[in-house]
Amino acid sequence: MVASSINVAQNVGFYLIAAVMVGAAISVVSNRNVVHAALSLVLVMAGAAAQYLLLAAEFVAVTQVLVYIGAVMVLFLFGVMLTRAKLGRDGDLNNRNWGLGIPVAVLMLGVISWAVLDGWKDATLPADRGPVSTKAVSDSIFQPYLLPFWALSFVLLIAAIGAIVLARKD
Amino acid sequence: MWVNNFLILGAILFCIGVYGVIARKNAVMVLMAIELILNSVNLNLLAFSQMHHNADGNVFALYIIAVAAAEVGVGLSMVLLIYRNRRSIALDELSEMKG
Repeated sequence: MVASSINVAQNVGFYLIAAVMVGAAISVVSNRNVVHAALSLVLVMAGAAAQYLLLAAEFVAVTQVLVYIGAVMVLFLFGVMLTRAKLGRDGDLNNRNWGLGIPVAVLMLGVISWAVLDGWKDATLPADRGPVSTKAVSDSIFQPYLLPFWALSFVLLIAAIGAIVLARKD
Repeated sequence: MWVNNFLILGAILFCIGVYGVIARKNAVMVLMAIELILNSVNLNLLAFSQMHHNADGNVFALYIIAVAAAEVGVGLSMVLLIYRNRRSIALDELSEMKG
């Protein structure tokens, strides 16, 4: 890799955001307070949106903020409140054999990291190509990927109807 | 910038999410861990999209966001239904479907 092709500001930004994301993600799966875990999830989502901007995918980043931070997190907080979770610390959030998860996750991380590092040894992101334009994305959605787009709209419709049917009181 | 940076970050988030799915008992917390997993996959798709300078990765990242929204809607309504019937959403107490 040529030294001049390293963008220092981009790398510093990546590592700062990545550190925040990993810390917040660990807080999501280990926090004893349900609401704090949900708020940590907001931090992970916001960090992910920032990483999408570093990857020059503006449209996906904006969608991430609108859908996840705007809508999904409100759903989660409603879920926490409607199931009357304890709003303070709750010692009873983990399974009895939760410790089994740690070796599974570490083993999986080892295997995936090995495969990734072996497969893309020093492949770099092209610095001079500019972003994939939103026009190209919409052309892809409405030409080659129109059928999955239709299928997805049916999935969303059925999910909305299903959620209403499940949650209404008879 | 190395592609591996983003791929390893995605792998770390994926494994944290898998740990959360295994370890958590509260159903809402399990859904949150699933969101972590879906986000890590999006990170990979966008990294490859930028690496090959191709819009397909962006398209499927958007589709995954839509599927995740649908999944959370249905999942949380099921959790609410379970809570209404049993006054508890602890996943290890749900044994009606055990053979």
